[in-house]
Amino acid sequence: MALLQIAEPGLCADPHQHRLAIGIDLGTTNSLVATVRSGSAAVLEDESGRALLPSVVRYMQDGSPQVGLEAQLRQSDDPHNTIVSVKRFMGRGLKDVQDAAATPYRFVDAPGMLRLETRAGVKSPVEVSADILKTLRGRAEAALGGELTGAVITVPAYFDDAQRQATKDAARLAGINVLRLLNEPTAAAIAYGLDNASQGTFCIFDLGGGTFDISILRLSQGIFEVVATNGDSKLGGDDFDERIYRWIVEQSGIADLSAGDARLLLSLARKAKEALTEKDETRITATLSSGTAVDRVLSAETFFMLTADLITKTLGPTRKALRDAGLGVDDIDGVVLVGGSTRMRHVRSAVAKFFQREPLTNLDPDQVVALGAAMQANMLAGNHRSDDWLLLDVIPLSLGLETMGGLVEKVIPRNATLPVTRAQDFTTFKDGQTAMSIHVLQGERELTGDCRSLARFELRGIPPMVAGAARIRVTFQVDADGLLSVSAHEQTSGVQATIEVKPSYGLGDDEIARMLQDSFTHAHHDMAARNLREQRVDGLRLLEATQAALDLDGWQLLSDTERVTIDRAMETLRVMLDGLDHVAIKRAADSLNRATAQFAARRMDASIQRALAGRRLEALEA
Amino acid sequence: MAITLSASAADRIQKFLAQRGKGIGLRLGVRTSGCSGMAYTLEFVDETLPDDLSFESCGVTVLIDPKSLTFLDGTELDFVREGLNEGFKFNNPNVKNTCGCGESFNV
Repeated sequence: MALLQIAEPGLCADPHQHRLAIGIDLGTTNSLVATVRSGSAAVLEDESGRALLPSVVRYMQDGSPQVGLEAQLRQSDDPHNTIVSVKRFMGRGLKDVQDAAATPYRFVDAPGMLRLETRAGVKSPVEVSADILKTLRGRAEAALGGELTGAVITVPAYFDDAQRQATKDAARLAGINVLRLLNEPTAAAIAYGLDNASQGTFCIFDLGGGTFDISILRLSQGIFEVVATNGDSKLGGDDFDERIYRWIVEQSGIADLSAGDARLLLSLARKAKEALTEKDETRITATLSSGTAVDRVLSAETFFMLTADLITKTLGPTRKALRDAGLGVDDIDGVVLVGGSTRMRHVRSAVAKFFQREPLTNLDPDQVVALGAAMQANMLAGNHRSDDWLLLDVIPLSLGLETMGGLVEKVIPRNATLPVTRAQDFTTFKDGQTAMSIHVLQGERELTGDCRSLARFELRGIPPMVAGAARIRVTFQVDADGLLSVSAHEQTSGVQATIEVKPSYGLGDDEIARMLQDSFTHAHHDMAARNLREQRVDGLRLLEATQAALDLDGWQLLSDTERVTIDRAMETLRVMLDGLDHVAIKRAADSLNRATAQFAARRMDASIQRALAGRRLEALEA
Repeated sequence: MAITLSASAADRIQKFLAQRGKGIGLRLGVRTSGCSGMAYTLEFVDETLPDDLSFESCGVTVLIDPKSLTFLDGTELDFVREGLNEGFKFNNPNVKNTCGCGESFNV
């Protein structure tokens, strides 16, 4: 018979109506799946009792994928067809991958996202991730005995729209209903129940197999705001293994290692590292293929010394994140350790020393993120009373669109809580304008060139009107996963255009950090640039309007001297528009305005006379 | 007249209650629904109800309403593993048939 779980009071599901929800930590090195059973979050293991699924996919001759440990073991024999760390390629174009040459893959450039050539055909990172997710889904369904209602999948806080969309697409491809994408640091905070506090500022220190991420979260009124992120995408446990490996090679005086021996020593190095989290020394013994015997004792002290600079490398980004957030270590209310590498004692003590407090470590650092995701999934599936917590995420960088003169008008500001919808009205720039190009941008800077372009689309069929008469409402909608859709709607005619933003490629974490940093350092310069652009747009509009009026009835209403004054004022403005001085442009525009004041008044009179001419008084009064 | 827990079930329930951080015990019940007429319910208890009958088994308080008890009397609640799946199982001597999946039954 079916096995039952204990439900929260009053929430017992009807037979066949179990709302099975899982949390997935789709990691660069390893992935996990967790669920909440009988009120407790737990990671689900495979048949062999392993919780971690290496995020490695190997494509076989028949096209079928082999996922996890088996694929990882064959990685060095079959490098072209064995994809590791595919997360680094999600939502990325070939030019975003700096070290493409250092990887064994045969990349294929494709619009939007790169592809990988394998013996099973050309695969996109989304398909490779979907194969990992399918494996996790299978494990979850076997463990829960039924079909899943949905999943919460975690993504790094710095993932941009393209990377989030790619993750969601991968889940859909794997047949998983995504309840929500959740930021990894936020998931870690939930797992520790930090969301039960009313407010606080927390630091999530995540040192994984190959990546290091530091995030600072601020919780207030049930909202986790990512205040700052930083990290090093090429720093992790593997670097520590490498140090031990090099030490063994040096100490034993071995030259010319075969690939097999190198692999053997590297795996022994890893075991030694793991042993040293408990013990003060460990012995490393091996017999190489050449017959050479290796027998060394590595002390914890030596290990700490060998890797001291790696620890220092984690503190740099940590300091930087704090600085970006404008916080000191005293402002941090709690530190959470995530990632298997934070088991190392010297990592823990360095973090404790830096923050002057003991970090939270009672949950398994490999599992924290998945556990938090499972708790969130359980709540979203309706198995938990939601009045306990309603958790919200925020948007990492402002979203806006381009206006005349290459300026960015922000529609949704950074750190707005998700989901969010904001609308703003725009109008036409020219008389008789019937189409409008809408350019969606993400970033903090004032000029389009400094922000990231996300999408462009056109609203056509605007009825011809004078400039400024059309009312075009542009609505930005960001769903709970941080994905954006933009729609434009001309209010008088009802024409409409909508776009789901699937940006061509994504922003890197360094890039987001840089963009944020830039927006502060360039604030002054940006304001000046904005002023200049605005004055230019106004000046151009004035010139065009004046020219149109002159062409129409200038010859009738103006004396020659008046005409010369106006022409001269227009010429001055034209010259100033090419310059960089926004004050001078403003001055020239003002003087043109003054020069045409008389002309404008006469035009007004003339048009009234035209309107009244030949009409009887009664007719006008009626 | 009694409801009992197997040692593994009691052990699990105590663990779950501790992790949950609140709750005074476990409530068993029966309600009419499902393909074979009746279905079991299994919930944490935060407060007792006036009519509740209370049993103590292996250190765990088990509550049940009198109506449900007539269908559950003599039941042993067990915790089992089946492959990757794990959960609670009712060994109920009163059951005549269960539906194919075993989620509902009749007496």
